[in-house]
Amino acid sequence: MDLASIVGVVQGYTAVAVGLLLGLASLGTAIGFGVLGGKFLEGVARQPELSPMLMVRMFIVAGLVDAFAVISIAMGLFLLFASKNPLVGAVMAAAGQTSS
Amino acid sequence: MVSSGEYIQHHLDHLKISLGQGGFWSLNLDTLAVSIFLALFLGAFLRYIAVIATSGVPGRLQGFVEVVTEFVQNTVNESYHGKSPLIAPLAFIVFLWIFFMNLMDLLPVDFLPGIFSFFGVHHFKSVPTADPNATFAMSISVFALIVFYNVTVKGFSLGREILTKPFGPWLFFLNVPFRIIEELAKPFTLALRLFGNMFAGELIFILIAIMPWWAQILPGGIWAIFHILIITIQAFIFMMLTVVYLAMAHESH
Repeated sequence: MDLASIVGVVQGYTAVAVGLLLGLASLGTAIGFGVLGGKFLEGVARQPELSPMLMVRMFIVAGLVDAFAVISIAMGLFLLFASKNPLVGAVMAAAGQTSS
Repeated sequence: MVSSGEYIQHHLDHLKISLGQGGFWSLNLDTLAVSIFLALFLGAFLRYIAVIATSGVPGRLQGFVEVVTEFVQNTVNESYHGKSPLIAPLAFIVFLWIFFMNLMDLLPVDFLPGIFSFFGVHHFKSVPTADPNATFAMSISVFALIVFYNVTVKGFSLGREILTKPFGPWLFFLNVPFRIIEELAKPFTLALRLFGNMFAGELIFILIAIMPWWAQILPGGIWAIFHILIITIQAFIFMMLTVVYLAMAHESH
């Protein structure tokens, strides 16, 4: 294959990888936040006077649940928008020229 | 007109200066400049409040600082039941500094880069915490403090703790790797959580900026309001995890 079609194949797989990273991250986060919110509502229904304290705790856990999802999103967006796609860079190096 | 890909790329590039060969030796001047400027501004502001503080009816600025101080004090007291001259002031500064650095993300995307391009500076990222160098610097400093406190406060009982928790003394060959992984995960997740949130937020602002002006208002407004919440939560979580990790380094659970 010539260089352009090799680069095209790598770019295509990069796009699929980005899609998986973003999609699975959002899937995990959505389920996590759903369970978190549900438990919070149950707790408030049992003891409404604890509502402000429980809400603070909920936001704390929300920030922690968010962590790995947002790391995946950042990695995915970086792969998508980096000017020198690192995977293409390796192909270019193997072909003996620097990537633009 | 630049293409949208070039616009995005232009806004994602740091202002670099190279001290030697390779990426390790290049400094991101924009991150350094903004973070040091915000630290000096914060120091001057807090010093001013401390000097003009009255025990009579406080003004609004003094009231604000008192609210934040009491908030941090309560958070520290919940997690750490000893006396340490370092933990509460460290938590206070970590919270305020990270909050102000994150707040730079709410400025319009082209505002600071546009001003600096008049002076011939062509790349400028205005959010220091969207640079992994800044977040890793903070989390590695916290990690160094954790190791220091573990070694100085616990002494030999640290060895016993590493070898016997959580599986009991005969499974020490499982306890040690678990402990190492747990300790190394702390600076990593601390840094990457903050970096990921801020980088993704900034990138979405840039993507919104590419849309035509009449289509920007609604998504821009919604995302800006949501991002204010995220900024505060991430600064608070960094502070709280710092306090919890340092408390764990002082007393074994």
